[in-house]
Amino acid sequence: MIVIRDLSKAYKTANNTLTALNKLNLTIKRGDIFGIIGFSGAGKSTLVRCMNRLEEPDAGSILIGDTVITDLNDKELRLARRKIGMIFQQFNLLDGKTVFHNVAFPLKVAGYGKAAIKRRVREVLEMVQLSDKEDAYPSQLSGGQKQRVGIARALANEPDVLLCDEATSALDPQTTYSILELLQEINKKLGLTVVLITHELDVLQHICNHVAVIEKGTIVETGTVDKFFLAPESDTARRFVNIVEHYRQKRYVVEGAGSGI
Amino acid sequence: MRDDLLELLWEGLRQTLYMLVWSSVFAIILGLILGITLVVTEKGNVLEARFIHKIVSFIINGVRSLPFIILIVLLLPVARWVVGTSLGPTAAIVSLSIGAAPFLGRIVESALKEVVIGKIEAAKSFGASPFDIIFRVLIPEALPALVRSLTIAVIAITELTAVAGAIGAGGLGSLAIRFGYQRFREDIMIATVVVIILLVQTLQWTGDWIARSINKRRYKQE
Repeated sequence: MIVIRDLSKAYKTANNTLTALNKLNLTIKRGDIFGIIGFSGAGKSTLVRCMNRLEEPDAGSILIGDTVITDLNDKELRLARRKIGMIFQQFNLLDGKTVFHNVAFPLKVAGYGKAAIKRRVREVLEMVQLSDKEDAYPSQLSGGQKQRVGIARALANEPDVLLCDEATSALDPQTTYSILELLQEINKKLGLTVVLITHELDVLQHICNHVAVIEKGTIVETGTVDKFFLAPESDTARRFVNIVEHYRQKRYVVEGAGSGI
Repeated sequence: MRDDLLELLWEGLRQTLYMLVWSSVFAIILGLILGITLVVTEKGNVLEARFIHKIVSFIINGVRSLPFIILIVLLLPVARWVVGTSLGPTAAIVSLSIGAAPFLGRIVESALKEVVIGKIEAAKSFGASPFDIIFRVLIPEALPALVRSLTIAVIAITELTAVAGAIGAGGLGSLAIRFGYQRFREDIMIATVVVIILLVQTLQWTGDWIARSINKRRYKQE
C-alpha cells in the first residue's frame, strides 16, 4: 500500500515560485494497477518522482509498504529504492552496456554474486521476452525492446512497486499495447503494485484498475477506471473524456475515408 | 645533413616521449579528479556541494589564466621539492602535469556532462550510490567523448613539452631552439618539425581509432 499525505513541492526560479504539488493526498492499494492522469504541467511527473525521491518533496509524507520514504536518510533511501522499480519515457538505458549488463547493473549495485546475477538476469529477460537479445547493445534495439529492457532492469531486484513515468509516451500505439500487456502480466504474476502516470487515456483504459486525476498539484478525483469514463466528476476528467471522444470520432472519419484501416 | 643529426633527434624524441608519457599520466589522473569533482558537486548532481564546486572552478580558472611559460617558472620550487631539481625533463614533468591538469579538468567536465541526466536518475532509482554512478555510469557512458578529449589534451601537452624545452627541459623543443635556431642548423629544424608532426598525427590517429572502436562496438548495426 502507498499512502501519500499532504505532499508539497515547489520549484523556485529567479523571480517566482512554481507550485508543482500542493498538499496532495493519495492512497494506492497493494497489487493495484493505478493510473495517474493529468494534462502537462499538472504535477504528475513530479508526484511519481517524489515517490522514490528523485525529487525531494518540500513537505508531507510518503509511505510505501511499511517504510516512510520521506523519513529515510541517503543510505536507507538507497536500500528502499531497490524495492521500488522505475521505468522512464526515454528508457534511460546505458549505451555502453549490453542488455545483459544493463539488467545486471541493479543487481551488482545490490551486491549479488556473479552466478546469482546471471540467473536473475536470464529470468527477467525471459519474462520480458528478450532472452535472445542478451548480448545486444541498446542502439540495436527498437523502442519497444528498449522499454522491455527497462522493465527487466526495474524488476531485477524483485521490487514491490513499479513506477512508470510516461513509460509508453515515446512508443507507437502497437508497441504501447504490447508494453501495457507486459505490465499487466507482470502485475498478475508477481503481484507488484504498478503506478503509472500518463496523459493517454488509452493507457488507463487498457490496464488500470483505479485512476487519480491530478490538476494544479492536487488530486481532484479518484475512483475506478469505469467511473472515470462513465461518470467523470471533475472538470479535468470531463475534459479528458471529451477530448478523446471528439478525437476518436475524427480519427474514425479520417481513417474510414483513407486507407480503410 | 650531418652525422650527428639522427643521434640528436633520437635523444630529443626520447626526452619528449618521456616527458609526454609521464606528464600525460599525471595530468590525466589530476584532470579526471578535477573534472569528476566539478560535475558531481554541481547543483542537482549526485554529490552536490556548491561551495566545493566554486572553489575548484576558481582554482582551475586561475591556473588556466597564466601563460604556461610563466607557470613553469612559478612551479620551479615545486619541481625542486618533488623531484629534487628544477632542471631537465623530470622537473618539467612536474610543471607540465600541474599546468595541464586544469585544462584536462575542464574537458573531462564537458565530456561527462554529455551523459544525459536520465541515465543518472535511472541508476539512482534502483539504489546506486554516488560511487556506482561515477564509475559505472558517468565514466563508461562518456568514454568515447573522454577518449577524444584526452587526445586533444595529450596533443596540447606535446606542445607544452616544446615550450618547456625552451627553458631547459630538453626534448625536441629544446633541440629546435638550441640547434635549429641558435646554431642555424636548418637540417635539425626541419627534421624536428617533421618528427613533431608525425608524433602529433600518431597521437590523433590512435585517439580516433580507440574512440571509433568503442563506438563501433556500441552502435554496430545488425
